[in-house]
Amino acid sequence: MTHGGTGSIHNLSATEFHNHVQDALANVELRGALARGTSTVQNRRDAAAASVPEWEDLRTRAAALKAHTLQSLAENLELFEANAIARGAVVHWANTAEEARTIITSLANDAGGGVALKSKSMTSEEIGLNEALIESGITPIETDLGEWIVQLAGEAPSHIVAPALHKSREAIHRLFEEVFDRELPEDAEGLTEFARLELRRSFATANVGISGANFLIAETGSLLILENEGNIRMTTSMPRIHIAIVGIEKIIPRVEDLDVFLRLIGRSGTGQAITVYQSLITGTKRQPEDDGPEALHIVLLDNGRSELLRNETTAQTLACIRCGACLNTCPVYRQIGGHAYGSVYPGPIGAILTPLLVGHASARELPFASTLCGACRDVCPVKIDIPQVLLHLREEIVEHAADTPTSIEKRRAFKWWAWAMTSPRRYAFVGFVARCGAHLASRFRAVQSIGPLRGWTVGRHVPPSPPKSLRRLMRERERSQ
Amino acid sequence: MKVAFFSTCLIDQFRPSAGLAAIDVLERAGCTVDFDFGQTCCSQPAFNAGHVAEAKPVCQRTVDRLYAQLANGCEAIVCPSGSCTAMLEHAAGLLGSPEAREVAEKSFEFGSFLIDRLGHPDLGARWYGRVTWHDACHGLRDLGIHAQPRILLSRVHGLTLVEATKSSQCCGFGGTFSTDLPGISLAMADEKIDELETLNIDAVASADFSCLMHLEGRLRARGSTIGVIHLAELLASRDAPR
Repeated sequence: MTHGGTGSIHNLSATEFHNHVQDALANVELRGALARGTSTVQNRRDAAAASVPEWEDLRTRAAALKAHTLQSLAENLELFEANAIARGAVVHWANTAEEARTIITSLANDAGGGVALKSKSMTSEEIGLNEALIESGITPIETDLGEWIVQLAGEAPSHIVAPALHKSREAIHRLFEEVFDRELPEDAEGLTEFARLELRRSFATANVGISGANFLIAETGSLLILENEGNIRMTTSMPRIHIAIVGIEKIIPRVEDLDVFLRLIGRSGTGQAITVYQSLITGTKRQPEDDGPEALHIVLLDNGRSELLRNETTAQTLACIRCGACLNTCPVYRQIGGHAYGSVYPGPIGAILTPLLVGHASARELPFASTLCGACRDVCPVKIDIPQVLLHLREEIVEHAADTPTSIEKRRAFKWWAWAMTSPRRYAFVGFVARCGAHLASRFRAVQSIGPLRGWTVGRHVPPSPPKSLRRLMRERERSQ
Repeated sequence: MKVAFFSTCLIDQFRPSAGLAAIDVLERAGCTVDFDFGQTCCSQPAFNAGHVAEAKPVCQRTVDRLYAQLANGCEAIVCPSGSCTAMLEHAAGLLGSPEAREVAEKSFEFGSFLIDRLGHPDLGARWYGRVTWHDACHGLRDLGIHAQPRILLSRVHGLTLVEATKSSQCCGFGGTFSTDLPGISLAMADEKIDELETLNIDAVASADFSCLMHLEGRLRARGSTIGVIHLAELLASRDAPR
């Protein structure tokens, strides 16, 4: 399943969402992979955070830095542009996904077309870059192992840090044997070695390398990119042209600000104190350097981001450093996986970012796919109050989204509820009716599938109701005293 | 100390024994409990579902009545639900009035009131059995309730408290989530219950009856004999000594 439509980052209707959730819940292999994958990373993250005594202080500082930077976003970006250009980079401003696709495909074709190496970039997924490259005759090859795996499978990534989290080792083994038509070892080391050799073949032939970036640094016009595999080093240094596509919210003011973020991001994302490689890329080679690309093109992407700055509640969403900790800790994500969300960005951050970027009309289910438990808020290294944004979106959707049969029914139900709850006698009456209904349901199966009870009884019993309410018992207690 | 007791709609209608137990414990700890017969609901179900316009009048009425109790000599509002207490705190932001802020400041979840305000009273509770504690989400993350119930339970004679590794994982209730996305809701309950069944316990306890109601429904559907019990019921218990 790929994300349908170039440039659309969300492609599920309400019915499809519910169907995808059902499919995910029924997929035993998926749920096993999710349970193992998320709990391993979550435990590592917890241990890593616990090993840093000043962890909470770091989070507070990171949140403040991001808030401050976002308040003067335009100035910071302009400073970045001036410094990047001064060091030989070309900076492009892409307002929309379509503009970004056009810019990048032109650059790739100008460079001679053919193969374009890609390192993992969720932003490139967001704009549907691979489909656009293919349409213009260019062959994108993903070099991140997880991304390469989902590319071979014709799927979209299901996690923002671990794209193939939804696949068990057995599933990957089956995939490789099918695609390459031969017998392969079953162990992780053997499979990885095979992938490495296959990927190596592609590195030498590409004219263009396309990457994202974890941070933009205004002070020096630099990109900071983090990785464990070394493929980003290859992608950004071997081809003649390096193109980086980066969301505008990735900017931080100074090199020294990296200190706080680098101490948080590895631990939050994978439990590592630091990733294996950190590449600070500033402009192009200059005398006497002779290694590296001839040209560096940095595409700054808006695609709806600046709109989020209008509202204090939604603006915090832009602080996200894409660590994935919220996905790993989310009890809902753990059950359904990333594909069920139907969005490039799944999990808790996806549930707020996607509706904010594409408009809640086409992503109205996502903010409700949560119990508001707050586990995500606890682990977010930049302290985004995700439940607060979810509540904001829920209110927006209830008030402004187009009516559906379900939303009309809900509104009616809550109007009745409010009518009942604003009078003690109506409340007592409705409570009595509810207890009678529940009591009948506890004894008679036929009652269990009536209206509001159906959603409950599909997997839960209804216990017998207490004969008297607390207030009734308190009245009796009062009278007997 | 005179306290206003905010019973919550769920406990009033579906678990009055927990309400009576909480009142009994508060009185035993030396409080005078003021019970408002006109109370209804904190408005959380509508508020969390995004139906703020419907939630507001209900919330306003509840806050008005609680404020009146404070003005009438109650020093605190005690509530046997972490999530409803958290909602009373959110009400300050929703309604924006000084009265709402005062209600928020003086609202306490039942267990944390006993520890944080009454200073660890000795309740003489006796309950024989093995119990594990479920840290309900709003109580844990909005109100910081974690140590208090464990301290209280450590004082219940005969009670063995067993810790679950997943004690702070969401049970999957989430208000309307439980019936809008029942598949996920049940899967989340199952993940917790799978662990509960390895702990050799008699019951799972919590300060939130919504979680207990949801877990109990699923436990029974799975044929489990593990019970659910509210913190107040454990603290009010005076089982005969063995």
